[in-house]
Amino acid sequence: MAATESYPDDLKYHKEHDWARVDGDDALLGITWFAQDALGELVHYEPPNQGDTISRDSPYGEVESVKAVSDVIAPLSGEILEVNQKVVDEPETVNADPYGEGWLVRIKLGDPSEVDSLLDADAYKQVVAAS
Amino acid sequence: MSYLSLTERDRDEMLATIGVSSVDELFRDIPAGVRFDRELDLGPPLHEQELSRHLEELAARNVDTTRELSFLGAGIYDHYVPAVVDAVLQRGELLTAYTPYQPEMSQGVLQAIFEYQTAICELTGMEVSNASGYDGTTVGADACFVAKHATGRKKVVITEATSPQVRQVVKTYAPGFGLDVVEVPHRDGVTSPDDLRRASSDAACVIFQQPNFFGCLEPAPDLAAAAKDAEAIPVAHVDLLSLGLLEAPGAYGCGMAIGEGQSAGNYQSFAGPHYGFLAARGEYIRRMPGRIVGETLDAAGERGYVLTLQTREQHIRREKATSNITTNQTLLALAGLVYLSWLGPQGLREVGETCMALGEYAKRRLIDAGAELVFPEQTTFKEFAVRVGRSATEAIRDARGRGVHPGYALGRDYPGLDDAVLVALTERRTTQDVDCLVEALAPR
Repeated sequence: MAATESYPDDLKYHKEHDWARVDGDDALLGITWFAQDALGELVHYEPPNQGDTISRDSPYGEVESVKAVSDVIAPLSGEILEVNQKVVDEPETVNADPYGEGWLVRIKLGDPSEVDSLLDADAYKQVVAAS
Repeated sequence: MSYLSLTERDRDEMLATIGVSSVDELFRDIPAGVRFDRELDLGPPLHEQELSRHLEELAARNVDTTRELSFLGAGIYDHYVPAVVDAVLQRGELLTAYTPYQPEMSQGVLQAIFEYQTAICELTGMEVSNASGYDGTTVGADACFVAKHATGRKKVVITEATSPQVRQVVKTYAPGFGLDVVEVPHRDGVTSPDDLRRASSDAACVIFQQPNFFGCLEPAPDLAAAAKDAEAIPVAHVDLLSLGLLEAPGAYGCGMAIGEGQSAGNYQSFAGPHYGFLAARGEYIRRMPGRIVGETLDAAGERGYVLTLQTREQHIRREKATSNITTNQTLLALAGLVYLSWLGPQGLREVGETCMALGEYAKRRLIDAGAELVFPEQTTFKEFAVRVGRSATEAIRDARGRGVHPGYALGRDYPGLDDAVLVALTERRTTQDVDCLVEALAPR
């Protein structure tokens, strides 16, 4: 069951259609409603390994639908603390709940100041409107 | 398109159209020093009948194993191809089938490929097979690529007793993949598990051949275990025709099984084209190169077949594809399927036993005639190396003059084995043929 379009105000966004939910030194990362809608039903999530270092603007994993494979771009730099096993097992979780149960990784922030460079919901909606 | 050459008038019209006065002017940017400055020495034109005769004369200079006696193997073997193989292959729907992108148009060939994949999986003990690869060498490079991505490691290990052609292709691809290749020497014709274990640290995969290039049986389960000790993926390069007798690679822990499919259902055809096979454990399915056919249900709930997991392929994944080769050798692989289906498990076993028994007979005859085996301690399948007491290339040349091709000169690839010939025995050879072999190779 696909979710309806939304871009929550409490998240930060990256123009490559990724979101971050920052909580102190940690953040959850995922892909936006727009990204999952463009891909269609996800059939595979290729996660990074726990302990991997990821860099802002670079790919850290892959999501695959029946028609395409897409890199997942890191909105923030950091170290992978946890991979969402539920999405590994049931990738369609991302389609059903992209901002909740469909998160992809939890990271420890490498540089908290990067958060300021991300887009807020209104700015990201402009990106979506222009896509 | 028919072949019609240009007339002078055609040329003049084309030159006039682009505003160039002569063909020479057209090529004036090419420096004179690198231009060919005379007419090709082709002789006078031939009319059709003369040309036919000329080509027939050239073709008649080819020899094949129906006219001369061959013990050549070294990866490409003279096994019998039953008539049923050609009969099935020459059906139009298989012979002229294009890539089956449209499942609604292509159920026949898709089902045939699916059955091919199933046969390869059953024989190798693996969970997934692709629809075939180019040949037994490129699948070696493919396996390295899969292993690199699965492990994140940048080194591959390959045993020196693996086919020199496979090693050469792996070494050709490796720099482009960002891989280093380490080769492990053999000891008396086989690979030492301890040597392999030492070489395998930080390796993505370990490729060994079973039976190896010398025809010898490797301690394959120990080699696979040695690779796994180093967390490298064990990859066995196997001969389908050996798998009626020998254990399946999946049963001794390999992560992938690859090989040249020619011996099953393809003629030697002057060494190609043939087909390669690549099968793997399920965990590598999304990293497998090439296409894969899957079984599914259509909208009406009927069983159907369709290309699947295409997101791995280059037309979708672009530069991140698992291979730049998605073309495969469907027709030749289907010959393999027909062959394997025709023989069945018992037939495959009997072919293997026949080859092995004839090989043992030939060894004994050669020893009785004073020849010495290169690796007398080893068990061999259908091929073995024998010393001929003189230059192997000379012995081979002399025998060829009498219409006998006694084997492959190992000195080409292995220094120190200049007096050794690799001899292959298939079920097409007879004990009388072995008499000719002994005459050709016995020391003088």
